[in-house]
Amino acid sequence: MIEILLSSAPQWALMHAAPLLVMVPLMLAPLLALVPSGRVAWLVSVAATAISLVFALILLGIVQSPESGGAIRYAMGNWMPPLGIEFRIDALNAMILVLVTTIGLLASIMSYPTVLAEVRKEKTALFYSAFLACFAGLCGVASTGDAFNLFVFLEVSSISTYVLVALGASRDRRALHAAFNYLIMGTIGATFFIIGVGFLYAATGTLNMVDIASKLPALQGSRTVQAGFAFIVVGLGLKAAMWPLHQWLPNAYSYSPSFVTMFLSATATKVALYALIRFLFFVFSPTFAFEHAAFTALLMPVGIAAMVACSFQAVFQTDVRRVLAYSSVAQVGYMILGISVGTAAGLSAGLFHLLNHAMIKGALFMAVAGVVLTYKGTNIRDFAGLGRSAPWTMTAFAIAGLSLIGVPLTAGFQSKLQLGYALFEHGWWWAVILVVFSSFLAVIYVGRILEAVFFQPPVNPRKTHKEAPIVLLVPLWILALANIYFGITTEIPLGLARDAAAAAFGLEAFR
Amino acid sequence: MNSDHHVILRVVSKMLIPIIMMFAFYTQFHGDFGPGGGFQAGVIVAVAVILYALVAGVPAAMRAVPPAFTRSLAAIGVMIYAGVGYWALFKGGHFLEYQALFNEPPGEHHGQHIGIMLIELGVLCGVSGAMLTIFYAFAGRVAEIRDKDW
Repeated sequence: MIEILLSSAPQWALMHAAPLLVMVPLMLAPLLALVPSGRVAWLVSVAATAISLVFALILLGIVQSPESGGAIRYAMGNWMPPLGIEFRIDALNAMILVLVTTIGLLASIMSYPTVLAEVRKEKTALFYSAFLACFAGLCGVASTGDAFNLFVFLEVSSISTYVLVALGASRDRRALHAAFNYLIMGTIGATFFIIGVGFLYAATGTLNMVDIASKLPALQGSRTVQAGFAFIVVGLGLKAAMWPLHQWLPNAYSYSPSFVTMFLSATATKVALYALIRFLFFVFSPTFAFEHAAFTALLMPVGIAAMVACSFQAVFQTDVRRVLAYSSVAQVGYMILGISVGTAAGLSAGLFHLLNHAMIKGALFMAVAGVVLTYKGTNIRDFAGLGRSAPWTMTAFAIAGLSLIGVPLTAGFQSKLQLGYALFEHGWWWAVILVVFSSFLAVIYVGRILEAVFFQPPVNPRKTHKEAPIVLLVPLWILALANIYFGITTEIPLGLARDAAAAAFGLEAFR
Repeated sequence: MNSDHHVILRVVSKMLIPIIMMFAFYTQFHGDFGPGGGFQAGVIVAVAVILYALVAGVPAAMRAVPPAFTRSLAAIGVMIYAGVGYWALFKGGHFLEYQALFNEPPGEHHGQHIGIMLIELGVLCGVSGAMLTIFYAFAGRVAEIRDKDW
């Protein structure tokens, strides 16, 4: 399919795919702020995300083709890097871009009914404007090869995210508090990141990632570089909801409009995690003594604490969206654990789980959005009996839930398997036990919801639940079926993750 | 008009606002040769309107420069900036490549000159629009619970 796309795409699309992927939504976002109609805004945002998806597939195709040498470099304004800003796409970026644009497209298709129901009418077009700005910012973070430019795009996406979260206020006033909390935490994270980049700039005199990476090995002992490393890890860790820094996430996810929750859970933390991986493996290198120490003394314990502690917290939540939010933090823990192994196998397991988790949480939150649409409550009690009145929505929810647990024949199983292999290979067999233990906790918290959905009578039989509308069911089932398909044949996502890990290490892409 | 105790303020600000606007444009165009440019100029433009709002009241400022206008101005600023990038693309150059705007050979500078002028214009619109939108959002906010309802 990608080959057909590559051969049919015009020359300009092949040449300028990298900037156009980001600039098409970024150009349309302000345009939507001028458009009064919500329906037009919806169609435009579906079109924009679809165009970006096409460009992302083109980029993936070019990166995978042997003649590209594994990386596309695009100099903005034709100012040559390292002085100019460049977009640099390799297998790692391409994977993240395909993920973000696919989820973006599915999310914007399903968004219209839920946005109409949850956001004030006169704000609909502005809502889509903020969504496209956020989408463009996330794509920008995942395309740029310049450390400062990454900060700028991180802010573009974050600031519009705060707006999106706050727009949940018409459904639940606590969204305002959640958004403000997120704003403070996110700004601290971005500040820490930019302080770290400042230290690197002081030590190396350049902001281009490739250039920094080539200069750092000689500066390993420098305190400046080490301080920069610490600031960057903490800053991006905050954005990625790494365990002790995740406090903003549960509230932001449970009070924002359901469409926003769905989009953010599948993309925002993933992109921040991508940036962390880019810095840990590509700009810095796991061979540095201080980074090796950080892996074993910091990231590994943090990852394990996240997957155990937050799974426990998820078990005791009563609101479905909070259960899923805490489970998200726990899943980030799996990814961090995979990263902290420090080998290509560990990183590719982490990235593989990142892909799968985006599909899982995307489907779960999309199903929740469908429930919120017809029935306002998101308490577990409110879900009782939904299996009978909304069988399509809830079956997809159940499939994604099983995938979240890691039941065989689902995508979640495959990524935990890969994580287990990588941990065994590294000799961390006890960590495998903890992964299995935390999966059992997942059985409990997913099981509680599924039990209510399928085996309990409705709390209020007079209240009729309806099936979600078709624009929501189609993307939902695409994600749910993807969970099963990629649970049976892992060739595509695992190949993407392996290539991405190889690219992160700066090795020649192995196939 | 019984707010006569503000008369000095009103007269002085009436004199100052045009000068502030002029200084904004000086800063804008001076960006070519030295410190200055769209961001600073945009803030100064916003300051002129904010000063008017402080002296004459927010409703009067909103009549002079409506919130819908400031919001659109911010959006248009971003589109001018991105539009220059697309213009360069259509001319066959890289995104935002000023040299390609008029298909000039190296050594000719019209594209560079016009390009940066347009970009700075976009920044001016974007920044002043955003600053005023933020100001209106804070200043025009009505309390959700009226004081006497407490």
